[in-house]
Amino acid sequence: MGIGGSDMYRQQILDHYKNPRNYGEIEDPTFTHIGENPMCGDEIRMDVVLDEDEETIEQVAFQGDGCAISQASASMLSQELAGMAVEDLKAMDRDDITEMLGVDISPMRVKCAVLAEKVAQDGADIFFGEKDIDRTVTEDDD
Amino acid sequence: MGHAESELLDVERIREDFPILQREFGGEQVVYLDNAATTQTPEPVVETIADYYRTTNANVHRGLHQLSQEASVAYEDAHDRVAEFIGASGEREEIIFTKNTTESENLVAYAWGLNELGPEDEVVLTEMEHHASLVTWQQIAKKTGATCRYISVDEDGTLDMDHAREIITDDTAMVSVVHVSNTLGTVNPVSELADIAHDHDSYIFVDGAQSVPNRPVDVEAIDADFLAFSGHKMAGPTGIGVLYGKKHILEEMEPYLYGGEMIKKVTFEDASWNDLPWKFEAGTPVICQGIALAEACDYLDDIGMERIQRHEEQLAQYTLEQLREEGDVETYGPSVGTERGGLVSFNLDSVHAHDLSSILNDSAVAIRAGDHCTQPLHDKMGVPASARASFYIYNTREEVDKLVSAIDDARQLFA
Repeated sequence: MGIGGSDMYRQQILDHYKNPRNYGEIEDPTFTHIGENPMCGDEIRMDVVLDEDEETIEQVAFQGDGCAISQASASMLSQELAGMAVEDLKAMDRDDITEMLGVDISPMRVKCAVLAEKVAQDGADIFFGEKDIDRTVTEDDD
Repeated sequence: MGHAESELLDVERIREDFPILQREFGGEQVVYLDNAATTQTPEPVVETIADYYRTTNANVHRGLHQLSQEASVAYEDAHDRVAEFIGASGEREEIIFTKNTTESENLVAYAWGLNELGPEDEVVLTEMEHHASLVTWQQIAKKTGATCRYISVDEDGTLDMDHAREIITDDTAMVSVVHVSNTLGTVNPVSELADIAHDHDSYIFVDGAQSVPNRPVDVEAIDADFLAFSGHKMAGPTGIGVLYGKKHILEEMEPYLYGGEMIKKVTFEDASWNDLPWKFEAGTPVICQGIALAEACDYLDDIGMERIQRHEEQLAQYTLEQLREEGDVETYGPSVGTERGGLVSFNLDSVHAHDLSSILNDSAVAIRAGDHCTQPLHDKMGVPASARASFYIYNTREEVDKLVSAIDDARQLFA
């Protein structure tokens, strides 16, 4: 089977899509951020709680709508991020997401896969005053 | 292959002209159902392209040598052939070769719209316009202060003609409508719209990207002032589009692009414009593509445009019936039994269109998923994206069955 078909839809991804982890809102998050893929209509909102030193992620929740790849990726990332240093979040890239998902993502679907990661990163950057945007919008070359 | 529709077309014979349809992915023969995006190219057209480069290639018009003369005659004749294909009696003078339908839209929007429109003018579009028309007129309206108005689309995917009559007024300067919707499959009453537009001294621009490839289109019967379409959606190559315009309107229009080929006389102070259609074809034009498009017209006419229309309609109706048998599939556009173009857009309840398209790819079924360049229409439909199966002369009912079976695989996977 070629890249791009149901190879992408291994059990783990379908499981996270159907039963998303950490789905919902956090009452008093350190920061909240929203992002979208306009072409696909995928949307993700992430609530993040940092520890007192603002160096480590304590808790993440997400809400969203969209394709299985974008939503499963958000669910898996929400688990991955809990306990992670903010610096490590900032250093994440597309390869880390591919590794986390455990499947090859076809080129056209990469922006679905990385949406949650971009939302978390932009949310952190805005919180630390390193970026000034309202929403994250993923483009083809992200 | 037992083609129930083969009384209309000898599909088996036609498929021999398209070797690409023999390709296999993961051991499955490709089922190509993305024809509204681009059609495959038959051998005679591929041969025409190869032959042109093997035997005739030269730049047109400027050369006095034999090759240039041959290339020029073939290129100019191609305009006449395309004119004949859409019933334009003004022949080459009414046929401008562009890059694609989008460029044809932009040509009129810039060459006519930018110069003629003002704050008191209105451009009437439909809610089912392709971005090629919608975005172009929207932006020209912003530059000129004109207003864009949109004819409503009813629940059944057809235009609200009462609304059309209401908003096309003496303030209307241009009505730009899609002939066959690339998302809904709706066949719009363009002749009736032309009458309404002309009653108010407005021009009408018909986007024929999804109609010229698959049905007889006669610009003079429609009484269209402009008609645009693309070569690559009608068995021709990419890189060529067509703009038909009534001669007297084109004569009055300023050029859109300046440069070589489009001039008659140039001094350091000024320049005068070449005759139609060359006035609108600046620089070295799409020579090979134009000649290949003329060949594609021959190819389609040999099959017969009325038969192509009926073949596509039957496949679309069959698909609609199959998909609607399942309670979890929503289809868009005209209902079963109502006239439509050869495409069906749909959504499977539990599966995002992009996931569906990815999974169908496993069965080598090629469909499109997305907004099909009609984002405002999708907003109105209440979905961000839809899946679309679209047909051409080489598709069969068996291929529709494969599509339906692959959709079932997706349903199982996500159950």
